[in-house]
Amino acid sequence: MSMHNLTLSDIARALAEKTFSAEELTRSLLGRIQQLDPQLNSFITVTEAQALAQAKAADARRAAGETGALLGAPIAHKDLFCTQGVRTSCASKMLDNFIAPYNATVVEKLAAVGCVSLGKLNMDEFAMGSANESSHYGPVKNPWDLTRVPGGSSGGSAAAIAARLIPAATGSDTGGSIRQPAALTNLTGLKPTYGRVSRWGMIAYASSLDQGGPLARTAEDCALLLGSMAGFDPKDSTSVDQPVDDYLASLNQPLSGLRVGLPKEYFGAGLDSRIGAAILAVVEELKKLGATVKDISLPNLQHAIPAYYVIAPAEASSNLSRFDGVRYGHRCDSPVNLEDLYKRSRAEGFGAEVKRRIMVGTYALSAGYYDAYYIKAQKIRRLIKNDFVSAFNEVDVILGPTTPNPAWKLGEKSSDPVAAYLEDIYTITANLAGIPGLSMPAGFVDGLPVGVQLLAPYFQEGRLLNVAHQYQQVTDWHTQAPSGF
Amino acid sequence: MALERSEVEKIAHLARLGLDEAELPHTTATLNSILGLIDQMQAVNTDGIEPLAHPLEAVQRLRADAVTETNQRAAYQAIAPAVENGLYLVPKVIE
Amino acid sequence: MQWETVIGLEIHAQLSTQSKIFSGSATTFGAEPNTQASLVDLAMPGTLPVLNQEAVRMAVKFGLAIEAEIGRTNVFARKNYFYPDLPKGYQTSQMDHPVVGKGHLDISLEDGTIKRVGITRAHLEEDAGKSLHEDFHGMSGIDLNRAGTPLLEIVSEPDMRSAKEAVAYVKAIHALVRYLGICDGNMAEGSLRCDCNVSVRPKGQEAFGTRAEIKNVNSFRFIEKAINHEIQRQIDLIEDGGKVVQETRLYDPSKDETRSMRGKEEANDYRYFPCPDLLPVRLEEDFLDAVRQSLPELPTQKRDRFQSQFGLSVYDASVLSASREMAEYFEQVQQACGDAKLAANWVMGELSSLLNKDGLEIEQSLVSAEQLGGLILRIKDNTISGKIAKTVFEALAAGKGATADEVIEKEGLKQVTDSGAIESMLDEVLAANAAQVEQYRASDEAKRAKMFGFFVGQAMKASKGKANPGQVNELLKQKLEG
Repeated sequence: MSMHNLTLSDIARALAEKTFSAEELTRSLLGRIQQLDPQLNSFITVTEAQALAQAKAADARRAAGETGALLGAPIAHKDLFCTQGVRTSCASKMLDNFIAPYNATVVEKLAAVGCVSLGKLNMDEFAMGSANESSHYGPVKNPWDLTRVPGGSSGGSAAAIAARLIPAATGSDTGGSIRQPAALTNLTGLKPTYGRVSRWGMIAYASSLDQGGPLARTAEDCALLLGSMAGFDPKDSTSVDQPVDDYLASLNQPLSGLRVGLPKEYFGAGLDSRIGAAILAVVEELKKLGATVKDISLPNLQHAIPAYYVIAPAEASSNLSRFDGVRYGHRCDSPVNLEDLYKRSRAEGFGAEVKRRIMVGTYALSAGYYDAYYIKAQKIRRLIKNDFVSAFNEVDVILGPTTPNPAWKLGEKSSDPVAAYLEDIYTITANLAGIPGLSMPAGFVDGLPVGVQLLAPYFQEGRLLNVAHQYQQVTDWHTQAPSGF
Repeated sequence: MALERSEVEKIAHLARLGLDEAELPHTTATLNSILGLIDQMQAVNTDGIEPLAHPLEAVQRLRADAVTETNQRAAYQAIAPAVENGLYLVPKVIE
Repeated sequence: MQWETVIGLEIHAQLSTQSKIFSGSATTFGAEPNTQASLVDLAMPGTLPVLNQEAVRMAVKFGLAIEAEIGRTNVFARKNYFYPDLPKGYQTSQMDHPVVGKGHLDISLEDGTIKRVGITRAHLEEDAGKSLHEDFHGMSGIDLNRAGTPLLEIVSEPDMRSAKEAVAYVKAIHALVRYLGICDGNMAEGSLRCDCNVSVRPKGQEAFGTRAEIKNVNSFRFIEKAINHEIQRQIDLIEDGGKVVQETRLYDPSKDETRSMRGKEEANDYRYFPCPDLLPVRLEEDFLDAVRQSLPELPTQKRDRFQSQFGLSVYDASVLSASREMAEYFEQVQQACGDAKLAANWVMGELSSLLNKDGLEIEQSLVSAEQLGGLILRIKDNTISGKIAKTVFEALAAGKGATADEVIEKEGLKQVTDSGAIESMLDEVLAANAAQVEQYRASDEAKRAKMFGFFVGQAMKASKGKANPGQVNELLKQKLEG
C-alpha cells in the first residue's frame, strides 16, 4: 500500500518497524499536496521547510531510542490554531499578514509528541460557516465531487484527509465544524467535551461553544490524536483539570449491553430519507454487536438553531472586536481619524458572513434586546442541556444523522445564510450542552458520503471512540476513498 | 420585528463596521431573515428557567500572583501596522 | 433660592498586586512603553484570561473592611466599546454580580462629627492602557503597560452634601486602602482616581437633580475645587433658566473649570454580557475566614482605641489614626516614652511641622519614633525643659546625634537643678540688674507680677536655658521677696 493511504496507526507501525522514515513520508506527502491540492484548495499555507525539519528531528529522536505512536506522524492544523512564526490567518483577509508570535497549546502538545505539521488548513473565515465557502483564500472542494462543498468550517482539514494528502488533522467545532465536514467527506471526527482540549491559541469564534478536536479516517486515529491534544491547561480558565482517559485502551471494549438512544426529533421532517435509511442500517449493525436500542426524545431540538444563532454571534461580536487595525492584522490605508481606522479596517478585513454574524450579535446584546435575545437564548440553552441530562439517564449514547443532507453544490446556499444555518440542526446541540460528539462514515447517497453522529455524556469521549471503532471493525465505509485521490 | 435601515446603520456603527451605501438594502434584508429565524425562540416557554452561560457550570480557577512574563516588545511589535518609539500609532485620540 | 448639593463618587483604586489581573505581566509603574504588555494584554488572537487570586483577595479584604455583603458568587462581564487603549474592544469588569455589595464607611467631618457614607458596591475590573498625545506626525501613541492592571471600582451612594464631605470621604477611602495594603494610594501616578457625580436641588426637594460626572480628578485639592466649580456652574445655569445636561465633564486644573467631553459620550451602548472566557468566581467560607483573619486594625477601630486606651480627644485620635504610618509612629513613640498625651502633642506638633517643612511623609521622617520617645522621656524626668527639647529635636533631625541623650550630653544641654548653682547664678543676675530690683521691691502686687517675668527671662538667658524653670521661679521669688 502506498504511504498516503496509510492511517495514523499504520504509519505508527511502519515508522516503528523502519519501513520508511518520517522524512521519506513527509517528502512523499508534501509532493502529493503540491500535485493534488490545487484542485481542492485545502491548504492555506504549506510549511515545507519546517515540516522537513520536524520530520528529521523525529527520525533523530527515534534513532535515539524514543518511541511514541505519533513520533514522526504527519498532520496539519486548521488555520485558527496559532503557530509561532507561521501565518495564522483564520482564512480572513484580516489576518492575512498575521504571523503568530506564539503557539497554541494544541500545537505545542502535538509538536512535543513528535507530530510533523505540514501546514495550515483552509476553513470558513473565523470558523463561521458550514460549507467552507467563506474563506478569504477561496472555497475548498469536496474530493468526492469537486463541484460540491466539503462542509465547514473545518473544510480544509476534511478535504485534505479525505484526499489522502494527510492522514489526520486538527479541527475546531463550535456548532458542528468537525463533525459536519467529517460526515460530508467520509471521515471520523470528534468534538470533545467543552473544556477537554485547551482553547489557548485557538482563535475564538464563540468562546463558550468552541472546542478543538481531531479529524481522521478512523476512530482509532482520532483516539491516538485526541490522547495527545487533550488535557488540562492552566492558561485556559475553562479547561477542565481532570486526567485524560486512555482512549486507545477503551477502543476494544465489547458493545454488548450498550444502550443506544434514537431521538425521534432527529428523524423528522427535513432529513433526506436516504440518509435516514443509512443511519438505521448502522443501528442494525450495532444491534448485531450487542447494543440495545431505545427511542428517546430531545424535545427542544428545534429551538437549538435560533438559540445558537444568538449565542454564537453575540460572543463572536465581542471576540472579534480586537481586530481593530492597531496592534496586528489588516489596517486600512491612511485612516483620517480613529473611527475611519476602525470602520474601514474592519469592513475591508472581514468577509460578508463574519460581518453578518458580528451585526446579529451586536444587535442581540444591545440595550433593549439583551433579555429578549441573549438571556432567552441562554435559557433555551439550559433546556437543551436538560434534555440531554434526562436522555442520558436512560441511554449510554445517542445516535442520529450528522447532517440532514449530503454535500451540496458549491454556491448553492451561499446566497441564503438561513438555509445554510439549518444544516447545523443535528450538531449544534452538543455545543450548546458541551457534551462530546463524533461523526463517522455510514455509507453513501448518490456516491456522496453520509455521516452518523454519536453523542455521549460529559467526558465520555472514550465511549464514543469505542463504539465507532467497534463499528469500523465490522464495516468498511471508512476505508472508501474518493476516485482520483 | 424587522430592522429599519437606520437601525442597521446604528448596529454597524456600534460594531465599527463600515457599510457601503450599496450594500445596505441587501444587508438589511439578510439580517431580517436571520432575525426571523431567531425570533422563533420567543414562542418557547422558558418561565422559571435559569440562563446557562457555560455548559459545565464550573467555577473560576485562581492564578497565583506571580510575574511570569518578560519583555517581548520587539517580537510583538514586529507584526504591528504602525509603531514608533515602542508605541502603537493610531490617528489622533481626541478627549 | 437655597440649593443643596448631592455628590456620589466612583473611586478607581489600582490594586497593588505583583502581576496583572488576567495575565502574568508586571504592574510596575513607569516602565518603557509596551514592555509590560504580554500576549494577553495585547489581546493577541487566541489568548485567554486567568484570574489573579491576589486581586480577588484584596477586593474581599476591602469588602470586609466596609462591612459589606461579599458576592459569594461573582461574575465577570464584558463592557464592549472601541477605544485604542482598550485592546480587546471590551473591558472585563463586573456588572450584575460584583465581588463587594452594599457596605459603608464612617468619615470624620471638620466639626468633629462622624458621618456614615453608604457604599453601593465595589467591583473588580481591568485598567486600560494610555494614549499619549505628543505629536507623532499627527498620530497618538498607545502604551499598553497599564492595560490589565487590577482595579477596584468603589461606588458610593449619593450621600455627600458638600465638596468638603466628598474630600473627607476620598481621604477615608485613601487611608483605608493603604491600611489594608491593597493600594499604594499614589494619586499622582493614578493609583487612586476619582469620578465625581454632582447634582444640585432646591433645599427640601427630595428628587435628585440631573447630574454631571466629572471624570478622573486626581488630587484631594482638585476634587474639592472641581466639585465646587461644578456646583456653582449648575446653580448659575439653573438660575439663568437653563438645564443641567447629564454628561461627562473634564476638570481642567489650570483654568479651574470643567468642560464637557461630549465626543466620548455619544450613545454608548456597552452591551454587557457575562465573559465566556471566565467562569463565575465562587468564594468559600474558609477563604473569607482567612481574609478576615488577615485584616489589620482599621482606622475607625484605631481612632476609638486611641480615645479609650490613651484618653485622647476625638480630634487627636482621628488625626493620629488617619494613616497607618502615622498611627504606627505614634504608638511607637507612646511605647518608648509611656506618655500618650506628650507623644500625641509632639507627633501632631513639632514632628508634623518638620515633615511639612521638608515635604516628607512620616515614614521618611528624619527623627525616628525611638528618638522622639527618648526625647520625651528626658522632658518627663526633668533632664531638659520643653524648650530645650525643641533644640534637641532639631539636632536629632539634623543628624547631630543618634539619641536625645547623646545630643544633650554633647551639647551640654542638661538642665541645671543644683539649687546652689542656680542661687549663685541668680545672685549675679540680680546684682547686674540692681535698679530693676529696687523698682520691683517698691511696686505693688500687680506691677510686681509683670516685672517678675523680666527676671525669669534674664535668669534663663544667663543659664542658656538650662536652669530648671521651676526652681528658677521658686528661688527668684524668695530672693526678690527677700
